[in-house]
Amino acid sequence: MNDMSETEQEMSGSRRKIVLRPTAPIVPAGNIAGSSLMFVISIMSFLACLTLGAVIMVQDTASSWQSQISREITIQIKPEPGMDLEAELIKARDIALTFTGAMDATIVDTAATARLLEPWLGEGLDLDELPVPRLVIVTIDEATPPDFAGMRKALDESVQNVFLDDHRTWVDRLVAMANTTVIIGLCVLALVFMATILTVVFATRGALSGNHHIVEVLHFVGAEASFVASKFQRHFFLIALKGALAGGITAALTFAIASFWASHSLATPESDQATALFGGFSMGAGGYIGALAIVVITAVLTALTTRITVIRTIMEIDLVRSDPTLSI
Amino acid sequence: MIDFDNVGLRYGMGPEVLRDLTFDVPRRSFQFLTGPSGAGKTTLMRLMFMSLQPTRGFVRVFGQDITTIPQQKLPKLRRRIGIVFQDFRLLDHLTTYENVALPLRVRGKEETSYRTDVIELLKWVGLGDRMNVLPPILSGGEKQRAAIARALIDQPEILLADEPTGNVDAPLARRLLRLFLELNKLGTAVIIATHDLSLMDQIDARRMILSGGRLEIYE
Repeated sequence: MNDMSETEQEMSGSRRKIVLRPTAPIVPAGNIAGSSLMFVISIMSFLACLTLGAVIMVQDTASSWQSQISREITIQIKPEPGMDLEAELIKARDIALTFTGAMDATIVDTAATARLLEPWLGEGLDLDELPVPRLVIVTIDEATPPDFAGMRKALDESVQNVFLDDHRTWVDRLVAMANTTVIIGLCVLALVFMATILTVVFATRGALSGNHHIVEVLHFVGAEASFVASKFQRHFFLIALKGALAGGITAALTFAIASFWASHSLATPESDQATALFGGFSMGAGGYIGALAIVVITAVLTALTTRITVIRTIMEIDLVRSDPTLSI
Repeated sequence: MIDFDNVGLRYGMGPEVLRDLTFDVPRRSFQFLTGPSGAGKTTLMRLMFMSLQPTRGFVRVFGQDITTIPQQKLPKLRRRIGIVFQDFRLLDHLTTYENVALPLRVRGKEETSYRTDVIELLKWVGLGDRMNVLPPILSGGEKQRAAIARALIDQPEILLADEPTGNVDAPLARRLLRLFLELNKLGTAVIIATHDLSLMDQIDARRMILSGGRLEIYE
């Protein structure tokens, strides 16, 4: 390639200098209307990064709930006439502590139980008058949880009216919810990528029809489809990279601003509501790496789509030419 | 190098525009293809360039039946054929030099490897001082010569020229004809489609006359 700004040629028999301009690109950048495509890609990339961020946020929130719940189990004992409830509670606590993985066990005393029921039954509650179940809260080691089935069996054998709640139902529901959210998020991501591909296909076809004369000449001088494709591919890759970068950065900024707002509005009703729903508004390092991956994937996908579209278009040109019924 | 065997071609359900064509283009040969306007000269040229496929019969280019050549192999075969279009088909954003160098550029050659050859050829066709000019600035004759230079730059085995003197005056037409003859002497088979009788009268060459879709050959 002619990468010198001035090329000097001295022809044999002539002292005249020939100055050539730097070689122009075969497909001029100005021939491809890229601004609207870049804008569309930036919107797509923004939506994709936002979806990814939302998925990560929900997953983090769900896993934090899950971890909080799975850190404790509850032993519930229903009172019965003639039953020594306090003795049963102590027995249940002692049995629970015999299992490996049970780190601590606390009997919720009558005062604490009354406080728990206060919102529903009011103050000054006498628990002796009501058959209110009493609780033993067992703190467990998350890494090596105890044998719940064994603990349940041991309690059933030794303690009356006992029920062990390992919160498995809640945990399972949360896991299912988190998984559903992730699947929905991935579906949205797939849709966004599909929309991007279709947009690029239309844009490439538009650009090709606008540069049909160039494609045709290249074709006639013996250019291979991959060579022609590479010329268009480069332009579209740069357009997509710029667009996706703009969308990705905007999405990251949106999360950063939301996170900043959340951290500066602590203990306000608005913040509490938002935090309860969305967690900490933080994507974390994984989220930012994911956003960067989306930018790269969008650009590569665009380049790939352009390549395939150009090659297919050239094949169609050849097909039209080789079929006299389609030729004009 | 090119063999036609009982070739017929029709567009859609229309009548045959080319009928029962049987001829060959020998290596290093020089011929004119002539006939009235609309006789099918351009269509015949396109068949020879593998841009069209016959409705019936066989067309063999470099010994290969063009209906069975895989699409991926077509560019390599087309590189062995130089083509000059009636409407030049130069790229307006490239200079004369860049337009002529285009076939070498698409073959992936380095600019330094072909610069001297392109400059020499441009001088040979009389465009030595028009290298940095864009096609819209060139005259009809200059465009014609640039298009011819582009077809010749990679020393094709066959040159197909469609009305190469259609846009130039008589002296320049004679000059271009000399250029084609010189090329032919160097080993390229030349086929010139023209309806310019005065041009054909200047040399004693094979004449292929296309009329009513049929071809008559005068050796």
